[in-house]
This record gives sequence, C-alpha cells and structure tokens, in this order.
Amino acid sequence: MITLLYFARLRETFGLSSEQANLPAYVADVRSLTEWLRQRGGAWQEELGQDRLVRVAVNQGMAAPDTAVRDGDEVAFFPPVTGG
Amino acid sequence: MTVRIQTEDFDLGAEILDLRRGNTGIGAVASFVGLVRDLNHSATVTEMTLEHYPGMTEKALAGIVEEAKRRWNIIDALVIHRVGPLKPTDQIVLVAVSSAHRGDAFASCEFIMDYLKTRAPFWKKEQTEAGAHWVDARESDETAAQRWAGRGHQPDSSEST
Repeated sequence: MITLLYFARLRETFGLSSEQANLPAYVADVRSLTEWLRQRGGAWQEELGQDRLVRVAVNQGMAAPDTAVRDGDEVAFFPPVTGG
Repeated sequence: MTVRIQTEDFDLGAEILDLRRGNTGIGAVASFVGLVRDLNHSATVTEMTLEHYPGMTEKALAGIVEEAKRRWNIIDALVIHRVGPLKPTDQIVLVAVSSAHRGDAFASCEFIMDYLKTRAPFWKKEQTEAGAHWVDARESDETAAQRWAGRGHQPDSSEST
C-alpha cells in the first residue's frame, strides 16, 4: 500500500487530493507508477501524458522516472512549482 | 536558520531585528520581499491563492538554506513564505540573510530566492476578471536558478547542472 497525493491543477482535475493504493507487482518506480495511473483513462491519461509537465516527489523529495517506489512510500504528483 | 510557512503577514523590520539578535559579528543583512502584483499576462488579478505541500515545503526550503550555507559564509538565514488567499500589494515571501560582509549576504539571498522559485512546492492560482487559473511555471525562473551552478565559496561537488 502506498499513499498518493495530488496538488494544484492535478488535485482539481482528478477531484482527489490523496488516496491509498495497492500496487500491482510490476510497479517498481515512478515511470511504471505513472503508466499505471494513466491506465485509469480520461483526465489521468491526459494529465499524466507525455505532453504535460508533471513533477513527482517520493517521500517528500523530488524524484526522477527511475526513482524506486516501494510499499509504504508517499508519492506526490504536481505541476512545475510557481511560488515566491 | 529558520523556515516558516504561514498565512499571516510579516514585519520585515521586526524579522531582521530578530535575525540579528545583537550578534556583533554580523556586518551585513540582505533581504528580499516578494509581493503580489495586480497584473500578470495583461489580465487584472483580483486575488491569488497559494497552495503548498506541507512537510515537503519545509524540507525543500531547509535544504536550499543548507546549500546556501555550504556555498557562502553566512551567519544566519530566514525564509518566510505565506500560503492561502492573498491580494495585490500583499507580501508573499521574505528571504533574509546575515553575514560578516555584504558579498555573501547579497549572493546567498538571491540564490535562496532563485532556488525557492524552482524547487519549493508552492503553486499560485490567480483569480482574474476572466476567471481563475493556475499560474504556469516560467522558463526564465529555471534559467535564473541554473546560473548558480558551481558558484559560491564552496560549491557542492555533487551538483549536476
């Protein structure tokens, strides 16, 4: 089980700020997790597709596509940041 | 080193006085205050909402301040970032750095601000006369952050950019 968090535009588009998910065995990193979420279709496929800029953090640190995702992790999806 | 995320406004004078705390080794304090503008992409902004990622925000900002400490001789640093609803002319962010000499204070203050803009998880949503929209990240902010690669007294050898 992992915790998934969504912020800003993604939170609004998905209509969801957080969820718990049981991952299929093949999901081992950020890339495969994103692909798994894209399979939900609709807004998920659109927002997490190649033509949208999405950042991912694993356990509150910025992650890359090959960053490992394990049981118990907190994984957040959000647009590029715009603070300051 | 202090990092605060808050909805309330801040008082620059009081914060700098607190940062100095009578430390006689401090010869310079540089500070930056970011404000809400009423105009962005030629639409009139009536209100703005700042969202953040509680937990990661504090870690990201603390990490940026630590990186500044590695690169410059700074004595203390303060970062305050407001979240929630804000209006034009409101203060959004304060970065203040104290050091013995001005060069370290100027450079590290700008460095912290440039890194905050591109690495701290905040998102702005603007309310304009035409409706609400999320502000897009600007490439010029990433360019500003990247120019710090290898700069400072003790640049981080692990830096990849």
